[in-house]
Amino acid sequence: MAAYRPPLQDIRFVLDELVDLDELCQFESFKHVDPDSIHTAIEEFARWTAEVVAPLNRIGDLEGAVHDPETNTVRTAPGFADAYAQFRDAGWGAVPFEADYGGGGFPWLAGIVMQEIMSAANLSLSMCPLLTQGAIDMLMAHGSEAQRELFVPRMVTGQWTGTMNLTEPEAGSDVGALRTKAVPQPDGTYRITGTKIFITFGEHDMAENIIHLVLARTPDAPPGTKGISCFIVPKFLVDDDGNLGERNDVACVSIEHKMGVKASPTCVMSFGDEGGAVGYLIGNENEGMRYMFTMMNNARLSVGLEGLSIAERAYQDALEYAQERKQGRAVGAAAGVQSPIIEHADVRRMLLLMKSIIEAMRALVYTQAETIDMANHHPDPELRQYKQLMAELLTPVVKGWCTDMGVEVTSLAVQIYGGMGYIEESGVPQHYRDARITPIYEGTNGIQALDLVMRKLPLKGGEVVTEHLSLIAMLDPALLRGGAQLASIRSNLAEALTTLADTTHWVMAEGATDPRQAMAGATPYLRMFSLVTAGALMAKTALHAAERLDAGTGDADAMRAKIATATFFCAQVLPQVHGLVAPVRAGHDQLFAIGVEQFAH
Amino acid sequence: MNIVVCVKQIPDPAEPGALDPNTKTLKRDTKLILDESDAYGVEMALQLADAAGGGEVTLVSMAPNNETAGLRTALAMGAAKAILVSDPSLQGSDALTTSKVLAGAIKRVEGADLILTATESSDGYTGTVPEQVAELLGLPSVTFAKSIAVEGSTVKVERQTEAGYDDVECPTPCVVSVTAGVVEPRYPSFKGIMAAKSKPVDELSAADVGVTAGGWAGAGQEIVAVEQAPAREAGEVVEDDGTGAEKIVAFLENLRVI
Repeated sequence: MAAYRPPLQDIRFVLDELVDLDELCQFESFKHVDPDSIHTAIEEFARWTAEVVAPLNRIGDLEGAVHDPETNTVRTAPGFADAYAQFRDAGWGAVPFEADYGGGGFPWLAGIVMQEIMSAANLSLSMCPLLTQGAIDMLMAHGSEAQRELFVPRMVTGQWTGTMNLTEPEAGSDVGALRTKAVPQPDGTYRITGTKIFITFGEHDMAENIIHLVLARTPDAPPGTKGISCFIVPKFLVDDDGNLGERNDVACVSIEHKMGVKASPTCVMSFGDEGGAVGYLIGNENEGMRYMFTMMNNARLSVGLEGLSIAERAYQDALEYAQERKQGRAVGAAAGVQSPIIEHADVRRMLLLMKSIIEAMRALVYTQAETIDMANHHPDPELRQYKQLMAELLTPVVKGWCTDMGVEVTSLAVQIYGGMGYIEESGVPQHYRDARITPIYEGTNGIQALDLVMRKLPLKGGEVVTEHLSLIAMLDPALLRGGAQLASIRSNLAEALTTLADTTHWVMAEGATDPRQAMAGATPYLRMFSLVTAGALMAKTALHAAERLDAGTGDADAMRAKIATATFFCAQVLPQVHGLVAPVRAGHDQLFAIGVEQFAH
Repeated sequence: MNIVVCVKQIPDPAEPGALDPNTKTLKRDTKLILDESDAYGVEMALQLADAAGGGEVTLVSMAPNNETAGLRTALAMGAAKAILVSDPSLQGSDALTTSKVLAGAIKRVEGADLILTATESSDGYTGTVPEQVAELLGLPSVTFAKSIAVEGSTVKVERQTEAGYDDVECPTPCVVSVTAGVVEPRYPSFKGIMAAKSKPVDELSAADVGVTAGGWAGAGQEIVAVEQAPAREAGEVVEDDGTGAEKIVAFLENLRVI
């Protein structure tokens, strides 16, 4: 198992070439920041994370978080509380939040880069600040000024952490089915009773208070998603100055025994065993679901990013192993000497597959973060709205594709390790097990596919997706100018784009007349859409690398490797889109051709 | 209490380095970072200033280009300001020229009570600069400090030796070289990094500190040859014929580890 090394060189390439930090730093919100400070902060954070956080990943997997049923407390894995204290004291959690609430006022993009490093170093630990970030987002967008002032600065510093309480035993993907009750009190507060499950870091020993954001129904709420309200339920009640008071009526009654991310306590939370937990309404009653949607782009970007992170970590392990492990004699190697397995064609193929997918994911995740920054901070309101729509369109792509690829790349890492990859002591199975949750939580990838075809393609009557495809088509002239070096990238991308455009037309037309047709093909369509989007980003990568080669700037070998990796992706991964046409168009009837009873042979 | 720390910015040891074939010195045209062995001196200085209830930590450094990335790291840890002597003519300077430059820069810091250095840099390893600086400044010098305490105008040092350590006392101002690992260097915080951006870095030329440098050509030292490190040899296998323990003891004694 290799020690995690934050991939600063590749991160820097994407920041320099595929996004525009200079432009972001011109915006009023980021006037006090400059690209240099962003790079410095990333580098120092990377050093701390690699040295302090990454070494705890394995022990987290071995020891996990432990629940004490006597006290309903959770002890995190050895070293976690100390690492979190260092994270908090250094102020790392504050980086992308508003300066008015104690944040660093950096672009979201900068926070996302740091999140990539943190999640790669230790996915379990990274989930605590991630959930806190989601809760801060919610409070900033919909909390009252008093709520923001009381809770947000302490969560920005990391002194208090946050959770999101949505899921219940009978309400998973269908959040509208939730039953937790919230009864208004004469003093304006509510009493919350009910049980929530799968609550990440719902209880732990790393912070003095935990601010639970809880979805619940008021007594007269309409059924389904229209009757959901959102409440603040602090673990310890606090006075107006933020001093901790009485323990609220909320308890972690157990934690799950999971396949992966074992050091992240996944809690069963019981509200109101002693008569009702005190909750404070966020915004208005029955608008909780709408509020959830406003923070969804950020949350889903961060989970997509986890796919990238864990893939990078597994790739580093596999690459080191492939260089050290000697088996067989590669074609052309000297007689009597075993070759490192990286010299064998199929291992090369796997490594290039991993490397190219990771580079595409990084480009996708960072450009999406930039789009979100633009949507929130660009001075031109029209452009803000345009970027907001582009972010909406690509949210299911980032979440769905990157998490699927996280599983695929970590699986390839296991494969490269051979038999040792199936042995826990090698450390590689952890990545595969950890990655496996990411296509499930924050909206399963099935939900992402439905989101793309049912909600996102129809945005503005299809104008948004058309714009996205046009932007890809507009790469063509530059690729043509790139000559022979970029010729195969150009032709592969053009062919894939044609296939996607035709299929998109079919999905939208069918979806308009019979949504069941579009829903049946949603998952292969999401894959197709993602591959073309990723292919376009790899083409852009190659263009920028070729420009640097021509200009003689940057490391020439690294730039040639970029072009070769993009060429590989567009030749060997991207053409999968053509094989996806039939599954997308197969339609509803094929899936329902047999009765439920016929599924058993 | 005002403390000067001499720090060096070196090529990242994690990256594969390369030698200049003409001078046989390390190529330094890549990005430079703070020498890890200097992080201990910076940390020690920050702790001593804290213990004294105030005072400034000033960094003094020399670099062939205008690189400040490594200095920013030390400023982000908490140092107040830096002096960087940066001059093309300093490229390839030997240890004595380096010492003259550093001593010249240190003279510009008013009221320095203590000058800290590492025992040696992690890229050049000449290990002679601390004593040369002390001599040029006319100050007493203590080497290999594994701990430092300041009481009034006296510095109390535990000086690492092969057998243990010596207790050494020395009047301030003085030059003390500190060994690696004596304190745990702090990681810069986010606030520290942001604050470091606006801390002053005084960039001077060789002439500003009164040094006429002749580069590698004018150096008083020469690297005669560079050779590959010998490949690791096979270990010695001791068959235990009843005297195994004695042989192990003899082996360890030979290494002077017991």
